[in-house]
Amino acid sequence: MTIVGLSSRRSPVPGFAIAVAVLIGGLLAAFTVGRYPVGIGDLINVLAAKALGNRPDVSPAVESVILQVRGPRVVAAVLVGAALALAGTAFQGLFRNPLVSPDILGASSGAALGAVVGIYLSLGVLAIQAVAFIGGLVAVAAVYVVGSAVRSRDPILVLVLTGVVIGSLFGAGVGLVKYLADPYNQLPAMTFWLLGSLSATTVADLIPLLGPVAIGAVVLSALRWRMNVMSLPEEEARALGVATGPLRIAIIASATLVTSASVAAAGIIGWVGLVVPHLARSLVGPDFARLLPASAILGGGYLLLIDTLARTMAQIEIPLGILTAVIGTPFFVWLLASMQKTWS
Amino acid sequence: MMLDRRMLLGSLATVLLLPEGARAESISDSAGRSVPVPARVERVFPAGPPAAILLYTLAPDLLLGWPRTNSPQECGYMLPDICTRPEVGRITGRGNTANLETVLALKPDLIVDVGSTSETFVSLAARVQDQTGIPYALLDGRFLALATAYRKLGQLVGRQDAAEALADYTSRTLTEITGRIANISAENRPQVYYARGPRGLQTGLGGSINVETIELIGRNVAGGSRGGLANVSIEQVLLWDPDVIVTIDLEFFDAVRSDPSWAAVKAVRDNRVHLSPKMPFGWVDFPPSVNRLIGLWWLAKILYPERFPEDLRPLTRDFYARFYHVTPSDAQIDEVLKGRD
Repeated sequence: MTIVGLSSRRSPVPGFAIAVAVLIGGLLAAFTVGRYPVGIGDLINVLAAKALGNRPDVSPAVESVILQVRGPRVVAAVLVGAALALAGTAFQGLFRNPLVSPDILGASSGAALGAVVGIYLSLGVLAIQAVAFIGGLVAVAAVYVVGSAVRSRDPILVLVLTGVVIGSLFGAGVGLVKYLADPYNQLPAMTFWLLGSLSATTVADLIPLLGPVAIGAVVLSALRWRMNVMSLPEEEARALGVATGPLRIAIIASATLVTSASVAAAGIIGWVGLVVPHLARSLVGPDFARLLPASAILGGGYLLLIDTLARTMAQIEIPLGILTAVIGTPFFVWLLASMQKTWS
Repeated sequence: MMLDRRMLLGSLATVLLLPEGARAESISDSAGRSVPVPARVERVFPAGPPAAILLYTLAPDLLLGWPRTNSPQECGYMLPDICTRPEVGRITGRGNTANLETVLALKPDLIVDVGSTSETFVSLAARVQDQTGIPYALLDGRFLALATAYRKLGQLVGRQDAAEALADYTSRTLTEITGRIANISAENRPQVYYARGPRGLQTGLGGSINVETIELIGRNVAGGSRGGLANVSIEQVLLWDPDVIVTIDLEFFDAVRSDPSWAAVKAVRDNRVHLSPKMPFGWVDFPPSVNRLIGLWWLAKILYPERFPEDLRPLTRDFYARFYHVTPSDAQIDEVLKGRD
């Protein structure tokens, strides 16, 4: 940890600059490329007309693409990427483990079960998202209750193990519902949902996403100083006067809130919450005061780039879960190889 | 068509040459497998929904049960005592919901599967037939193979006359509908986008069984790439700018006309978004069986109103009487055509 920590203490600003550059680059790319041709002139025209309250001087299809289709999708990609990276950063610090991702406590499995049950019951889109969101919260609550009930010298380890076990129980539930589903209609819908996509994002989807993500992000950033203490062994943290129990609950609750909202909106998207925190740590160092915002910015930019690829590479959508894994795996291997010393 | 008739004559000749009273010992199914013809057929197990529908239309009394329980609404359009037969699960390889021992306990004389004749299903059929000793026939349920499937099934269950009547109706319907639009070249046919899912953003790619109805008489906008079902973005739909949207999803159908992101799509502007009827079985997509035949008339009227002036209601009543063995009332037919329940 010392090597990265020292180098970043000298220069946190370039690290931030890189993260912000990724996000801005992502935004520019995302708004100007896509299946439907939209020029930069059209974009400026529509945005200026909207700002001044005029009618834009472009075809209705172009206006619709910018304001109703691509705009909400770009915003959602940034929000989901930022949320997953934030949650991943918080969990990696809390569990003092570099291999932890936001779904370690079962948020994704719970949301997945909620979503497939929603599809099985033929609920509407917003209801499916609501059930997925609740499923994520319920799964993590169950993990926390069971994990805390077990008396152990290492509560963190017990919590992680409980998360893995209860996560696979929810996974079995997903399998059962898929098995019972109508193979012609419901099963493809479930498969698509589990692969993750932002293709159907509309303006109306942004509010249920923005609310929980904003709350979780505010709480996490308020806790950023205390989170540094969490990465110390429990006894040392106590000695420094930080009550680890309530802090742990607050971190888990906020990370779960943002993860569940993201998964409900976009389906299962792995890797972002695992890889981006490492990348952010190598840019700005391990101090949570800098790490959290850098992770969020970088995560937003990263998922935005991935989603731009997902919607432009082919006539059909490439599922996000597949792209993040294909791009994330080699990257993570490289990161592991080059950062060995940091974690040893 | 000629080939089918020749094959039928051939098999008739085989029957005639055999000793009196005996039937052909085996026939070749749609995958070219040899299936022994049972001496007596009283109980037939359908391997999946398409097979259950094909069997129900030809010989409802022989149907052992359904892959899934039918809903009371669905039973409003079928023979009530057959429609309420028990759920027996399906045999589809790894995703079996039917236990082979349960299948054996039902003592079927024949197992029928309708659908893909790819190697996966051929080997599954062979395996189940070897394991259980029950003849397992694999039939091709696509439109152009449907008449043959009926004739083969008729031979297997000893209902050649009824099968010939349905096969003949099927061929005549297909010839009539495709004949009327034969002189419209492919590029002059309306572009159709097939919308599935509550957001309407799942569609069937070229050659997928889900869009067979649409591709037989219209142009599938997503036909450029081959495959099964896929997700697409609204941007891509705007770029395709389809003339007509056909959907099976009520939620999408209700939302699309007021959804600003779809407002610029040609089919939405022209008010040409159509909800497919689905009682008792889907008219355009699933299950991929004979139920989609009446959907061809429905779609043809949507795509080419001037060439298909006839009223759908008598056609629907006739189809339901011949295939589903019920004569729906005018009110029922209106309900079916709305496609809402």
